[in-house]
Order: sequence, then C-alpha cells, then structure tokens
Amino acid sequence: MTMADPTHEGRFGDFGGMFVPETLVPACIELDKAFREAWADPSFRNELDYLLRTYAGRPSPITECANLSEELGCRILLKREDLNHTGSHKINNVLGQGLLAKRMGKTRLVAETGAGQHGVATATVAALFDMECVVYMGTVDIERQKLNVFRMKLLGSEVVAAESGSQTLKDAVNEAMRYWVSAVEDTHYCLGSVMGPHPYPWMVREFHRVIGDEAREQCRDLLDGVPDVVVACVGGGSNAAGIFAGFADTDAVLVGAEPAGGAAVGRAVPGIVHGSKSYLMQDEWGQVLEAESISAGLDYPGIGPEHAHLAATGRARYEPVTDAEVVDAFQLLSRTEGIIPALESAHAIAWIAKAKHEFQGKSVLINLSGRGDKDVNQMMDILG
Amino acid sequence: MTGGIESALRARRENDGKCLVPYLTGGLGDNWLETVMAVADAGADAIEIGVPFSDPVMDGPTIQEANDRALASGTTPQRILDTLRDADIGVPIAVMTYANIVYRMGWDRFMNELSASGVSGCILPDIPLEETRDWTAAADEAGVETVMFAAPTSPDDRLPRIAERAGGFVYAVGLLGITGVRANLASSALEIAGRVKAITDKPVLVGVGVGTPAQAVEVSEVADGAIVGSAVVQRMLDGAGPEGVAELIAEFRAALDT
Repeated sequence: MTMADPTHEGRFGDFGGMFVPETLVPACIELDKAFREAWADPSFRNELDYLLRTYAGRPSPITECANLSEELGCRILLKREDLNHTGSHKINNVLGQGLLAKRMGKTRLVAETGAGQHGVATATVAALFDMECVVYMGTVDIERQKLNVFRMKLLGSEVVAAESGSQTLKDAVNEAMRYWVSAVEDTHYCLGSVMGPHPYPWMVREFHRVIGDEAREQCRDLLDGVPDVVVACVGGGSNAAGIFAGFADTDAVLVGAEPAGGAAVGRAVPGIVHGSKSYLMQDEWGQVLEAESISAGLDYPGIGPEHAHLAATGRARYEPVTDAEVVDAFQLLSRTEGIIPALESAHAIAWIAKAKHEFQGKSVLINLSGRGDKDVNQMMDILG
Repeated sequence: MTGGIESALRARRENDGKCLVPYLTGGLGDNWLETVMAVADAGADAIEIGVPFSDPVMDGPTIQEANDRALASGTTPQRILDTLRDADIGVPIAVMTYANIVYRMGWDRFMNELSASGVSGCILPDIPLEETRDWTAAADEAGVETVMFAAPTSPDDRLPRIAERAGGFVYAVGLLGITGVRANLASSALEIAGRVKAITDKPVLVGVGVGTPAQAVEVSEVADGAIVGSAVVQRMLDGAGPEGVAELIAEFRAALDT
C-alpha cells in the first residue's frame, strides 16, 4: 500500500474528518483549496525547496552508527533531522505552512507547542517571513522547557501560557484553536503535527514527506534497497508520517514508538477531539485523559488519524516504551555515537534497544527527529 | 414533524414575543436541577443543559471552569440524563455537549437516551454540516431536534443548507470567538442574525457574546431571541443558587418583554 491522499472528506479509512466549530469550517475549506493549488504549483514547490536547502539545511544526512550497531547486533542508520535549522524536523512543515499562509494573505501565525520545537520553528519562520506569531504552551511545559521559551521570545514571538486542564500539549492545542476561532480572518493556525481537522493531517504529512523521500534515495545507495525496519517516535506523529511516507509502498516494517503513558494506539479506543476522529486516550464517558510522558513533545493523548489508519490496517505497528527505557536510550546514543538525541527521538532508539533480538542482523533506519540540547537540563535533574 | 423546542419558540414568536434560551452546566453543584426548574419558571422558553467535556474548544473561561468543577465532582453524561429523566421542567430541553461525549456512548444510544430522558434537542458545536451524517441519522430516528450553527464566517451558500438541516432553531454565533460575556454586542451579531433570518422561517437565536439584558434586546431586534450562557453560568459558579440565577433570567425576560 501507499500513504495515499485522504478522501474528499479528509478520511483515512474510518479516521480523520473535520470536527471543528462552524466558524472554522470555511477556513479549513479555504486551506484545503489553497494547499491543493500550491502543492500543484511548480513555483511554490521551487520556493519551498530553495528554503529547505538554503535555510533549513536539507537534505539531512544519514549516519551509519558503527558503535551502536555493534552493541545492538543490527545495522543502525540515523536519518539526521536533528541537524536541521532549529534542531528538529519541525522546520519542514513550518516553512511549508508559512509560505502557504503568506500566499493566502495571512499576517499572523498561531501555534501550539509541547517541547517547544514546533513553537521555535514557527517563531523562526514568522521572523523570516515578517509575520506576527503567537505560541500557546502548557504551563507545565513552559517550566520544563525554559530554554525554548526564551528562544521563541528572542525570535519575536509571543508565548502564552495554556493554564487549563493538564497544562500540557493537549491544552495548548485547545487554546490555539480558541485563539484561531477569534482571529480566523487574518491568522493561519500553523498546526505542528499530522492531526487536527482536514486538511492538516494530510498537508503536514506532505510537508514532511521530504524526510522519507530523501531517506529512500539515500538507502538506495547505502543499502542497495530499503531498510528492513523504519522506526520513529510518535506523539501526534509528524516525523513518523514523514519518514513512513517514503517507505509505505515497500516491504520495510514500519514502527511507531509511543510513550507508554500516552499510547493512544496501544489502547485502540477511537474518539473525536481537536478536529478529527482517531485513537484517543479517554475514560468510559469520553473525557480525554491526560498523557504522561517524560518528553513534553509526546505528551499527547491522541495520535494523527492516518496513523490510526496505518495501525488498523496493519501496515504499521505501534509499540510502547517507558520513560525509564527512554532515559537509558538517551544515554546510549550519546555514549556510543556522540549524538545527544531529543527525548522524543530517544523513544525510537529505546524501542530498537528493546526489540533488538527480533531484528538481529537487520538494517534499521531510525528517524532522529530532533537534537537533545533542550533536554539536557531535565536530564541533569533526572540523572543527578 | 415540528419538535418541542421549535414549537415553543414559534409560539413565543407568534405572540410577538422574543425567545430566551439560557444555558446551564449540568452537574454543576448539587442543586443544578433546582436551578433549571427555577430558570424555567422565570421565563425561559427552552433551556440548554451543558454536558461537561474535558476539552470544550468553543467555550471560554467561565464555562470551562464550570465544566472542570462539574467533572471534578464526579458528574457523568448518564447521571445528568438520569436526573433530567425524573424531572418535570415545564419547558423543552436541549443538551449541549461535544462530539466525543456522544460518539463514546454511541450515536444511536445517546440520541435514544436523550429521547427517553424527555430531552427535545441536541447541540454539538464541533459537528459542522460536513460531519452530521451519523449524528442526524440517529437523532432523526430518535425524534431529537438537531440544532445547527451559523457563524459570521459562513458563506451565503452554506446558510440555506445549515438552516435546512437545523431542528429546534438555528444557532447564530454572534461573534468570531468563544463563549463569554463581552462589554458590547458585536456588530457581527446583528449581521449574522439578519443573514440567517433572510433565508429561513425557522427560529433564529443568537448566542456567544450575549451577556446582558440590553444586549439580548438589541440582538432580538433582528433575531428571534437570544441564548445566554456564560452570564448565567457565572451566577451558578458564584453560588447564587436557584433563586439568584432565576432573578437574572427574570431580568432578561422583563427586558425582552418591554
């Protein structure tokens, strides 16, 4: 199978859709139309490619991990999204949405952020395109990601604390949507993952598919084919969607590593929140539960609808990893390869470290979605 | 067949009156049902009962807080519906909640529960026209009126489709924003009311940003009436009790009647 375009109603199988207040529906329809036109327009594609190359630093390399491979008994390759400008894959999507927002005549970007990576990327692109920028971030995350809060402010962005609910990513999405409802005429909601109402899950995946497309080419040279396994961490699931898009039509085993405390697919209960139908952590009455993860960026009770579809059809598998396994993986990659991963990306490392017996001698491509500088303070506290 | 809410609102309109539909959060405090009854006696034409949801994206701080408090006290959709089932309120009731609360229980089961509890209508702010299919099929089968939203951003060609699908009344969103009391009525409230009134004979009520009797009167110069939510819920949060909340409703009623 391939990761095809969603249906006209924005469905991936049973999942997806456009569950938003009427006020936002015209904006979603307008965005769908604008994205279709832009994506088919060579001048838009050229401008985006130019920025990805000269501003974000693409293509990102693939690094062969000799030391880690020896330790785990499988051939480990890292797709180095951590080397992008702003330190994660998030810039791919934000450059795309920023260009699109400009093309649509919007003057302001609003975004939600968990770990701050998407917020920093949005603040960066807003500075580049001379747009206003408002970023919502949970009060709890503001505390644990102070460095990124400062970066966003330095870049000229307003950072607003989301004080409702669990005060993490879920609540930042609520606040960003509420803001968008009140400012929809001049503001583009720069959603940071493959979630939300149609067209976001599809559009954000398309902006990230550059990860998978590049990696496919690079693996052709390195492996003379495709890797046996492609693994990425999954909160909302944007970096996973991007790399999976390059390999969905191959025999590669696709694995999404979910935080055990936020394993939406693991629990496999469908629900509707933040604009789409997908798997959702919730109680028996449909109240959304609070995810719990060491990583602010994966601290989300849902998952993008296309991932729910990939799980339901069996094309991808989603595996939980615990915070303790993530802490070990964070140190493992740092120690063996001299690469400090983001806590989010460390989930993917943690999964293969745990599942290595199943894949001895196999080639494993890991999407290293972000670098770990932002997490060093937190890890210092944890490791003493 | 015309449902209970639409009949009540049309009756008010035919007597040259203006409709008043207060919103109260279900499960907020032990005496919320008494408050509903008092509000009915104080001149409400119909009442919206909010079934709390953890992530209410159309709601501002007041209703968010009411949701959080009600949920913290252990309320559930079933408990609210069971409470309504045993009550004789005297005016038709609409339940307002979010899609996931209904989806979790099941579209058919939830609509049947509403019907069995004597609830006439259902309002789901995160179900736009594009996503109505499962909901309206179940609601039509159960005889539940499906209130639909028209927003200031809705283009002209959407409004007739919204009105066509609407049961009970058309909920015209008064401003670009979430629920909450504002100092002044937004000009968009009168505009959207006029645009919807021009294309439908169904009752058209304006909500979101209607927080004072004067604002309700102003918007009802164009609309058939007003929905008052956050102002009412704030009184509940302040501990005004059934009498205190009913006093506020009586003020709205008196203003609309003069």
